[in-house]
This record gives sequence, C-alpha cells and structure tokens, in this order.
Amino acid sequence: MSADETFVAALSASVSRRFGPGARVEGLQRLSGGASQELWAFDVETPDGWRELILRRNPGGTVKRENAAGMETEARLIELARATGAPVPEVVHVFAPEEALGSGFLMTRIPGETLARRILRDPEYAEARPRLAWQMGAAAARIHQIDPASAGPLRVSTIESSLDGAYALYRANGGRRPVVEWAFRWLRENRPAREAEPKVVHGDMRTGNIIVGPEGLRAVLDWEVVHLGDPLYDLGWICTPSWRFGEIDRPAGGFGAREELWAGYESVSGQPVDRDRARFWEVMSTLRWGLSCAMMACEFQAGERSVEKAAIGRRASETEIDLLSMLAPPGGRPLV
Amino acid sequence: MYDQPTASELLGAVAGFLRDEVSPTLTGRLAFHARVAVNVLEMVRRELALGPAAVAGEAERLKALLGADGPLSDLEDALCARIAAGEIDPADPALIDHLWATTLDTLAVDQPNYATYRRAAAVKAAADATDTPA
Repeated sequence: MSADETFVAALSASVSRRFGPGARVEGLQRLSGGASQELWAFDVETPDGWRELILRRNPGGTVKRENAAGMETEARLIELARATGAPVPEVVHVFAPEEALGSGFLMTRIPGETLARRILRDPEYAEARPRLAWQMGAAAARIHQIDPASAGPLRVSTIESSLDGAYALYRANGGRRPVVEWAFRWLRENRPAREAEPKVVHGDMRTGNIIVGPEGLRAVLDWEVVHLGDPLYDLGWICTPSWRFGEIDRPAGGFGAREELWAGYESVSGQPVDRDRARFWEVMSTLRWGLSCAMMACEFQAGERSVEKAAIGRRASETEIDLLSMLAPPGGRPLV
Repeated sequence: MYDQPTASELLGAVAGFLRDEVSPTLTGRLAFHARVAVNVLEMVRRELALGPAAVAGEAERLKALLGADGPLSDLEDALCARIAAGEIDPADPALIDHLWATTLDTLAVDQPNYATYRRAAAVKAAADATDTPA
C-alpha cells in the first residue's frame, strides 16, 4: 500500500471505531493552508446521519514544531474553551497511538469563510464586519476564563521571557536590524511594571485563523501555540498591522476599532483592559511577526527551498515600517 | 561585459511568461506559488533599479551618524550595538531620520503596495516639502 492508502485505511478504521461499524469516510480532501500541520476535510455517514468533519494532525502524523503545544493539548484546550462558551469546533475524537494516525484529532467542520481578504472586503460579510472586533474581544475573554489549573501542562510565557526569547531569536537569526534593536529598546523601557496573572492564551488569534459567517464570528481556530501568559497578548496579536490585511485604519483585525475589541473583552471579563499594557503587546506582536519572517529567511537560506518561504523572509521589513509608524511617526500621531 | 537585454529586462520577460502563460494553466497550490514567484521576480527588478542608490544613501548617513567609516555591514552592526548599549538616544532626530529613510527605501523594493508604506511615504513627502524652502 502507498502512504496515502495506508492513511485512508487507518482513518476508515478509526471512523468505524468512533461512529460504529458501517460508518464510511466520503469525499476526503487535503485542505491548503496550515504549513506546519495537515488538515483534511471529509464526511462520515453514521447510523445517526452525516457528520462533516475536519482532521488535524502533525505533518505525516509525527513532526511537532518547537513551541507547538501538541495535538492532544490542542484538543483538550479546544474542549475547555468550548465549555466557557468560546466559539470553537467540537472535538469528536483524539487519535490513540494504536490507530497509527500519528498525533491528531477529528473535529466538527464549521461552515464559513477563513480567507482574510474575503472577510474584510466581500459584500457577503458587510454585516459581520462591524461585529467582529467586539466578538473577538468577547471570545478572547472567554478563553482567558479557562482555569489554568485544569488546563494540564502548558508552556508558560511572561513579559520577561517573551522579551528575552524574542531577543535571542533575533540574534540567532543574524541580528543587524537597527529598527528591531530600537524597538526592543522601546519595549524594555515601556514594559508593564508588573507581570500579569497567567491565563490560558490562544497565542495566534487573528484574522486568517477564524471562521466567519454573514452574521459574524463562528469559530476560533489554530490552537497550535496555546500557552499560559499575559492575557493581553491575544488582544495585541489581533491588532498586529500585518493581520489587518491592508485595512490599516481598522486596527482590530482589519475589521474594527481597538475600543470595540476592548469593549467586547470587558463585557465578558468585567475587568477594564489596561490600555498601556495592550499597546505594549501590540508593539511586541508586530516585532515578533517580523522576527518570524526573518526566521523564514534563515530557514530558506539553510536549505528549505520554498519560494513562499523566501518571499515571506522579505516581509520582515513591513513590520519595521509599522513599528516606526507606531513609535516615531512624523508629526507625532501614530500612522497605524 | 554585459549584453542586451538587460538583467531587469530578462527578469521582466520571465515574470511575464509565468504570469501570462504559465499561471492561467495552474490551479490551487501551484497557482499560488506561481503568483509568489512573479512577485519575487518583480522585487528583484526593483532592487536592481533602486538598491545601489539606497545602499549608498544608507552608508553616507551611517558614517555621519557614527563618525566612523568601514563596510556597510560593520556600520550597521555598530549602530545596532550603540542602540542596544543605550549609547544613542532613541529619540535622537538624526537616528529617527536614518531609520525612516532606510526603511522607506527597503519597502520601496520589498513591498511598494504595503498600506503603511504608502501612507508613510506620502506623509514624509508632505513633511519634507514644508521643510524645504520654496
């Protein structure tokens, strides 16, 4: 059997084990996107009717990226988030080792749009857009309500460790970027005085990692880098200029105002969002996305021959103009 | 030593071939990567056209800012070291001017359609126009 045939046979066995004998896999297709993970869509006919599902697993079932929480952890946290009322898919099955499918899980397939440019521009989402910032804030606040003690082992991140880790990554990838050095200095001088009480942080909550319908937010996806940390990390990441996809005057994800995002958050958490801390994390997020781009350049130069990776390497500079536009705008008023 | 067509014209021909003849025959991941490849070729053309003046300008500014001379990479390292060590005021107007000029030149090559770049370039141009006596 080929690798594909082995995979399909193992999946069929897993599905009949989960949904009962006679359950069949139909219309299996690999989805694009998810460079570091495999995503498949398929339907299952069960005695109770059709189920539309998504399979998510590590590439080839085995490789796990650094900083990745791991598939079992992802599945566990998605279920914990669902229990708080956050919009997420339902995990219907986590693969056991003897199923020979590697690390991964099955979840419900929520219909809707994930492509940022369509969400931000298509007339179909005209009514969703004004709601999204508030809904993203509310969803983040629900995720942060997960009891850290119930979350199991998770990587812990603090302001201190984020700054040190980011600077080490910058140096390891060659350094020599004066704007980055200068932005690190701003971050050190403007860091919040105290570390936050650690919460479960999604880590990659942004336009592009959500499912949207004409009525608004349907699900938060891609839990790969879930960890414990400062909750305002998630609000800063949503506002990273690169994740506005050209709609730079709508800082929250390209669809709304920061104030709407914060209002949605506060409506659930009951706590005011510290504006200075939120700004710190927005600057930090912008810098970190630049470092990720620079890392892709290094991976390409180290031998990963992907034209996409090479091109993303050159996107490091977009975050530098964003940092300057935030922190040293001509005329004094931030440009983004 | 170099013949015609120019390097930029050669890249333009390849980009046009990929865009107009190859891309329409592709779908999915290959179509996406072909689009990325065209963008990369166009970026290299912009670097050929704009890079030499940008690098010369950066080197001149760094020599003035640091009061030192040497290869560009050494000057950049020296600036990074001074920023990191706190030996230069992060609000120093000459430093800010240098960071802006270098970053604008970089974006003109990397992503001239990036929204923040388009806005910043317009704002800088307007500010420079009022600074310059008519």
